[in-house]
Amino acid sequence: MDAVKKELTRKSKASRQDQRGKLISLACVTLIMLVVLSILYMITSKGLATFFENKMSIVDFFTKQVWNPSAKPQALVGALPMIVGSFSVTVLSALLAAPFAIATAIFMVDIAGKRGRKILQPVIELLVGIPSVVYGFIGLTVVVPFTRTVFGGTGFGILSGTFVLFVMVLPTVTSMYVDSLKAVPQFYREASLALGATRWQTIYKVIIRASIPGLLTAIIFGMARAFGEALAVQMVIGNASILPSDLVSPASTLTSVLTTGIGNTVLGTLPNNALWSLALVLLLMSLVFNLLTRFIGKKGAF
Amino acid sequence: MNAKRVDKIATAVIYLLVGIVILILVALLGFILITGLPHVTWSFLTSPASAFNAGGGIGDQLFNSFYLLFLTLLISFPISLGAGIYLAEYAKKNRVTEAIRITIEVLSSLPSVVVGLFGFLLFVVQFKLGFSIISGAIALTFFNLPLLTRNIENSLNGVSNLQREAGLSLGLSRWKTVTKVVVPAALPGIITGIILSAGRVFGEAAALIFTAGQSAPVLNYANWNPFSGDSPLNIFRPAETLAVHIWKINTEGIMPDASQVSAGASAVLIIAVLVFNLGARWAGNYVYRRITASK
Repeated sequence: MDAVKKELTRKSKASRQDQRGKLISLACVTLIMLVVLSILYMITSKGLATFFENKMSIVDFFTKQVWNPSAKPQALVGALPMIVGSFSVTVLSALLAAPFAIATAIFMVDIAGKRGRKILQPVIELLVGIPSVVYGFIGLTVVVPFTRTVFGGTGFGILSGTFVLFVMVLPTVTSMYVDSLKAVPQFYREASLALGATRWQTIYKVIIRASIPGLLTAIIFGMARAFGEALAVQMVIGNASILPSDLVSPASTLTSVLTTGIGNTVLGTLPNNALWSLALVLLLMSLVFNLLTRFIGKKGAF
Repeated sequence: MNAKRVDKIATAVIYLLVGIVILILVALLGFILITGLPHVTWSFLTSPASAFNAGGGIGDQLFNSFYLLFLTLLISFPISLGAGIYLAEYAKKNRVTEAIRITIEVLSSLPSVVVGLFGFLLFVVQFKLGFSIISGAIALTFFNLPLLTRNIENSLNGVSNLQREAGLSLGLSRWKTVTKVVVPAALPGIITGIILSAGRVFGEAAALIFTAGQSAPVLNYANWNPFSGDSPLNIFRPAETLAVHIWKINTEGIMPDASQVSAGASAVLIIAVLVFNLGARWAGNYVYRRITASK
């Protein structure tokens, strides 16, 4: 009797197999979560060292304009120039890219026939695929001389950074907005056209209105990409840690100071810790962008 | 102004903006290919870079890029396959799953320079691996994981439930159903995703400058012992990739032909990305045709 009972209550081969499989796949997921948590933990602890170990003032960090962490006897860690630089290129490039992205997305979903879509889809995919150093190289050889001759100054600066980032965020915003335009129910369009509205009236009064949350999500997503972009911006912005007074004089962003600085400072010293604080600001901003898209996305679901 | 005229004007404006977008891409590609391609010769592709003189090539950098790509995919594919399977097949709809999705999304939205700095801190400094291919490959894995995982999850979700039910009704365990039925059925999508992510990894530089390093030591391609210093297969040597090379010679290069070299290297990079993009489509379709026996 016991032998039979054992045989019947024992886990089958299939069930053991399944448990093992579930464990393996769960381990993979756990690994990814561990990676994220350790990134957050390490950057945070490194970034806060400036304020807790080196006793620099957080308020000064966000408000002072002089960035010279290796100055003696009093180091100066005012990150305002970089923060302003990062936000200016991000906002300006998003503003510049938005009309183009909206037009392209609307064209792809509501105006172009099958052929237009067939041409534009690869255009967008290719623009996404071009590596950022190539954008930086083109920025250096084409955009910088162009801004120098047209707008004056050295050519290096926020304006050049904006032009380069504009091309980089354009495909991101476009493809995300295309998705949310496709999600607008077809009967919205039919109802509007049936009421006698022209195509533009339908687009402007119905489709765009209905897809506003999607549009905002797309633009914030593009801004997140622009904010975190390092090398392309670093190559054209001029890398001067001073508060930018106009758009054509050299400036710097959080990412550009990070890429140029980390290799030239000694780990554990204040100049290095100060850079990690910049990385922390970058990390927190990307979390903020993430939260914003989630928040808007929840409101805008059809 | 009547509505019809407004409609015409608005349509014209949209056409204009779209035209500008297409023009930008054509100009970009045209510029890179026209300035770069004349410089791309066989010797440019195979000879090592030179730091001070004109006439250096990109041979080592090209090899490093492909080697790093290979290692990255080798590490990240199994992990993302497992994670994708968990999310698509096992995860229940609850708070924990939601938290997992949020973390993966956070990882995908982190700037690549932050991921690179983390790799620098953990592998280069903490684990004392130094600037090495393996540090770079792991940093790129972090960068690649969320996108590949999402792609695999979507491909698995695209497989019809009938297939799963058929597998289960034959008495297979759920795991066997997934590995023997669902994953093969989702293969075209998974392969397309891998190749697309390969294109992204191939062009990535920001995550690499502080992990794989910015120097390309002299390599001896006849040395196949992966543990010796000048072997190209050694994973503990620093390795400057093509994308990092372009960045480096443009920011601190002193060679006289820096702009020609970077134009040539950019052209190679762009062509590689083009090939990956087209290859992804072709390979997806090819595998689909093979496994479904449809024309």
